[in-house]
Amino acid sequence: MANLKELSHRDDRLAGGHRLCAGCGASIAVRQVLLGAGLEPVVVGCATGCLEVSTSIYPYSSWKTSFIHNAFENSAATVSGVEAAFQALKRVGKIPADKKMKFVAFGGDGGTYDIGLQSLSGAMERGHDMVYVCYDNGAYMNTGIQRSSATPKGAWATTAEVGPAQQGKIQRRKDLTQIMAAHNIPYVAQASISHWKDLTSKAEKAFSVEGPAFLNVFAPCPRGWRIPSSQSVEIAKLAVQTGFWPLYEVEDGVFRQTVRVANRKPLEEFLKPQGRFKHLFTPGNEALLAEIQSDVDKAWDDLIGRCATE
Amino acid sequence: MPTHKTLAATGNSVVAEAMRQCRPDVMAAYPITPQTTIVEEFAGFVAKGRVHTEYVTTESEHSAMSACIGASAAGARVMTATASQGLALMWEELYIASGMRLPIVMANANRALSAPINIHCDHSDIMGARDSGWVTYFAETAQEAYDNTIMAVRVAEHPDVMLPVMSTLDGFITTHSIDRVSVMDDESVAGFVGDYVPENALLDQDNPVAHGTFSGLGGPFFEFKRQQREAMESARAVINQVGAEYTELTGRPFDVIETWNMEDAEVAVVVIGSTAGNVRHVARRLRAEGKRVGIVKIRVWRPFPYAEIAAALKSVKAVAVMDRAESFGAEGGPLFLEVRSALYDLPERIPVVNYIYGLGGSDVKLELIERVFADLADVAAGTDSPAGLVYLGAREEA
Repeated sequence: MANLKELSHRDDRLAGGHRLCAGCGASIAVRQVLLGAGLEPVVVGCATGCLEVSTSIYPYSSWKTSFIHNAFENSAATVSGVEAAFQALKRVGKIPADKKMKFVAFGGDGGTYDIGLQSLSGAMERGHDMVYVCYDNGAYMNTGIQRSSATPKGAWATTAEVGPAQQGKIQRRKDLTQIMAAHNIPYVAQASISHWKDLTSKAEKAFSVEGPAFLNVFAPCPRGWRIPSSQSVEIAKLAVQTGFWPLYEVEDGVFRQTVRVANRKPLEEFLKPQGRFKHLFTPGNEALLAEIQSDVDKAWDDLIGRCATE
Repeated sequence: MPTHKTLAATGNSVVAEAMRQCRPDVMAAYPITPQTTIVEEFAGFVAKGRVHTEYVTTESEHSAMSACIGASAAGARVMTATASQGLALMWEELYIASGMRLPIVMANANRALSAPINIHCDHSDIMGARDSGWVTYFAETAQEAYDNTIMAVRVAEHPDVMLPVMSTLDGFITTHSIDRVSVMDDESVAGFVGDYVPENALLDQDNPVAHGTFSGLGGPFFEFKRQQREAMESARAVINQVGAEYTELTGRPFDVIETWNMEDAEVAVVVIGSTAGNVRHVARRLRAEGKRVGIVKIRVWRPFPYAEIAAALKSVKAVAVMDRAESFGAEGGPLFLEVRSALYDLPERIPVVNYIYGLGGSDVKLELIERVFADLADVAAGTDSPAGLVYLGAREEA
């Protein structure tokens, strides 16, 4: 993969001046992923959400690429159509047969885990030569921090409130990366904005395989997580170090941990700095906190069990 | 000049044939009764290598139209087909396709909407999509379905239009009945529709574009909508021009409405879709008896032919409008509302009776059409006042 010096010479394909919040994980994720696309032309598709509304306000575009937004639940299907057009126009000679182009769809966890899951599953199963990137910030942030199926258990959200009868989200989060691995596509990976080298090399792999690839990128939202804008990367790092967000890849069905965590930190270190979890540290919630830690432990053990030993 | 071949074929079969001859780059579709044989026949063309089309077999109609939108924005000629619940599932995307000014061509096999579930013909699906910004053709016969589908490509891609177009045919009645159809040779169709040269293609990497951008408060959203209306208005002239060119190739006349014996008609039935044949059959018998009856058949539903309808009906004493769809809570069916509005500016107030008929494939028997003409005769003679809305042929006890 390209080293930092090489990457530093590549053009940013998402221009500064977009309207995303300071500290937003989504824009960091996008810039790192697109560095992995190399020098080839890219068509970007984007689901409705923060990333879309903040980067494509008519008549401006922050994208130094061709860009399409269609709706909320269908960025995968939309980009699959773009890719299909590319194949057909090559076949008929309107685009040179040796022309290379990359196709990438971005969606938040709402547009990917929830409303866009069917569209994503269909596009991956059909084998389009495209990359789908979920920037996972664990809630519907664009509409105001409503819970999604990516919201962690116990997290506060505006539709999973905290009160005497409820302590934030009741349910466990969905493991989308595993669901995508079960599609048996050439490449699936889980990455984080805190580990730029790992993320960029995963993006390079995703773009270089023939056929569909899926990246799930941990992308904190300061507004929704109730953290200072300066702490996005630190919190993302703690998610990795506590095992809440393991970094791994699935290449042709083989699981591999890409960043090893020798001594996992207690989950509390990830939860405590975030306002969305503060109720978990009030008296009476000790059992709930222990349960959440035990869920992470179990998921970690399951994943390690799947990963190839080297 | 083209060579013509006469086939015995179903409506769906010749729609698939028309699509093949129009050389789409991308077809993204999902199967649904009674559209299925279109996508099946097209799959056959793909397997036999008869098309260069990239055939995207999506997991839903919503994704089918989403992929069509992506492919069309990419710069491809794009087609699809659906029906009923499928069209309903696409609803969000119908507006996005027209709002993004993408010249997608879609066939719709007109079918009832649930509930109760029913796979047979009515126009509930397509009438529900009437405000979605798609130019919309209706076919009475398999021949018209074939012809409309080919003309649709030219209209959609015309620089004055750049709107998606639907070519609709009645579920089972037209989609599945074997009919006599004249089809053209491939080269003539290819020559007629020409090559699609997109203006703002995502795949034109020398000129990057942004499709589907955000236009919030204070943005040009409102003005974009006016441009869509202007495009739909421009489509009127383009539809006629394309129709005239098509007539030159085929000898088959085309107009946005088809009038039958309207020159001296005292009463008229306005009808859309396959039922026009039943109405004509009854009207012929009545003419033979010396009754001055006429028919207005609508072939282009969007843009609605207001001026043509008013001109055709201006001298009659009573009009019946046949609606194969409901608009619950409105004064009548969708066609009734449009036709009566078209008559509003005439100096004489013409009585208009609305018949809701044939929902969910309910049989359109000739006696029912005879009853419509009998009612009209009474209304025209002043011996009866027009009933508000008649559920034609519905049993009193289901």
